[in-house]
Amino acid sequence: MIELRNITKKYGEFTAVHNVSFSVETGEVCVLIGPSGCGKSTTLKLINRMLEPTNGEVFIDGTSVYNLKPELLRRKIGYVIQYVGLFPHMTVADNIGVVPRLLSWDKTVIAERVDELLDLMEMNPLTYRDKYPSELSGGEAQRIGVARALADDPPLLLMDEPFGAVDPLNREILQTEFVKIQRTLKKTVVFVTHDLDEAIRVADRIVIMREGEIVQNDTPEAVLATPKNKFVHDFVGSDRALKRLSRFSVAEVMRDPVAIRMGDLIEKDLASVKRKKGIRYVWVCDEHDKLRGWLDVRLLEEGCGIEEALTEIKTSHMAVNRDSTLREALSRMLGEGVKVVPVVDGEVRLVGEINLADIEKVTEEVEAQWKE
Amino acid sequence: MSRRVKLKSWLPLIIVSLVFAAVVIDMDLMRMLLEGLFPGEKEVIYPRANLLVLLREHMLLVLISSVAATIIGVGVGILVTRPAGRDYLNLVNDVSSLAQTIPPVAVLALAVPFIGFGFKPTILALFLYSILPIIRNTISGLEAVSADLLEAARGMGMTRSQTLVKVELPLALRVIMAGIRTSVVINVGTATVGAVVGAGGLGTPIISGLVRDNPAFVLEGAIAAALLAFILDQYLARAEQSLATTYGTKTD
Repeated sequence: MIELRNITKKYGEFTAVHNVSFSVETGEVCVLIGPSGCGKSTTLKLINRMLEPTNGEVFIDGTSVYNLKPELLRRKIGYVIQYVGLFPHMTVADNIGVVPRLLSWDKTVIAERVDELLDLMEMNPLTYRDKYPSELSGGEAQRIGVARALADDPPLLLMDEPFGAVDPLNREILQTEFVKIQRTLKKTVVFVTHDLDEAIRVADRIVIMREGEIVQNDTPEAVLATPKNKFVHDFVGSDRALKRLSRFSVAEVMRDPVAIRMGDLIEKDLASVKRKKGIRYVWVCDEHDKLRGWLDVRLLEEGCGIEEALTEIKTSHMAVNRDSTLREALSRMLGEGVKVVPVVDGEVRLVGEINLADIEKVTEEVEAQWKE
Repeated sequence: MSRRVKLKSWLPLIIVSLVFAAVVIDMDLMRMLLEGLFPGEKEVIYPRANLLVLLREHMLLVLISSVAATIIGVGVGILVTRPAGRDYLNLVNDVSSLAQTIPPVAVLALAVPFIGFGFKPTILALFLYSILPIIRNTISGLEAVSADLLEAARGMGMTRSQTLVKVELPLALRVIMAGIRTSVVINVGTATVGAVVGAGGLGTPIISGLVRDNPAFVLEGAIAAALLAFILDQYLARAEQSLATTYGTKTD
């Protein structure tokens, strides 16, 4: 648990952070957010003593951070910065191994840990271990940055706009991966961003700052439903309902798919398909459950042949990943002009389907919850 | 780079090195060349010392002054880029620039009354003259390390000296090497001036030739000094390049 008590940071006459107190529970992701210059990064840097406060104290699990030498403290806290900061003269493996080497780990143990972390980031150790940062894409470099911060398995992670320098598409992927990894690692995370969508996506708790002070400290749902004042209201924006959809993953709402194997696409099995009442589309998979296309049941009923009723697709266009948010699913539906989209897992295997009505139901439920 | 291409790029340098070795070791080659150029001269080779001896003296002058300039130059460059020494950054820049504006001959003239003739004043002159590129390159190499990397290093718990040794120096090494190369090449040329105060080296036949009005002597020393400067420059340049390629940031 991290606790900040009455922290103030002044630079001469200028007060960057004024009397800030909040705590982050163990295993929780706390997002510090606000317009630039609101003191969010400064607050973050006060936790691992990159900066020292003018007043106030920081406690980690009840112990003051000033009891330890700053270098020793920082080795126990994972740190990810906006521009990644990978060392260009070190390989990926050496970059990840920086903190373990500072802690004098055994060489073979470091090598094992590096491979383990690359696996966690879903990057093949054989391919990436010996590459130099200049040979990585922005998204890959960012993953290595996170892996490096996790090297010593620190219980605490500080992330300063970790995905800020990545393009929007990759940022979404990284956010999704982060949420997924965090679900298993359960680190205590303080995460700085100026992107509210990102905050809503990753946070258990959002601390909104303005001019060095905390304006609101709440769960993402509460921030969206009950903004404390006009500033938060404006900061959240008018598309609150849409933003709320980022809180739900597709996997939570999807239904079991109605599907048929490619090999079963012969006349006699189609009877069973036709009999399923109220179903317009049936997904078609190959023998490995990989999504290949869909059948339009209405066309079959009208007496068309299989060739006419079957549409083969590129999965990447149509399907959403089970770890995606409802917001992405909705956007996919609007983009493709459909009311239902298939859901796939990481290996493009069909695992479900999600439709517009179910998404609407979620919004209504949340709305009702907050009206009570 | 394939082995064949590698060999091809090394070939000219190897040939020049062999030619240089041949000229220095076998004085007859040089004699033939100079007799051809200056048929009127009775004597074309400086008689008091052969090139091998002069070359050894010359290399020693360059080696001592360059090593000293490297150690002091890199050291000063590091000091003035640390938080504690940053106040002196401008002062050091100015003083080292000033040192290079003083002609080595003037340094010799001023130094001889205090430390005598020979090796010592020459080393001092060379040292003062060649320290500027090293200090300047060390400073700019260290200053070029991006603030993000320094923040990352600090945030991961590196101490200041660990950051210097593991991050800053490796990244600045190539620029520092370039400074050392410049200073070595300058020194090989400037060291010929040492002959004026009796420091020996490849300047000896040059000075003697000027005094006796014998252009063959001048050329003997000049050819050897020029070849030496060229060869050292090329080898150091290659060392510099290989540093860049090992970091995967090959700049073709």
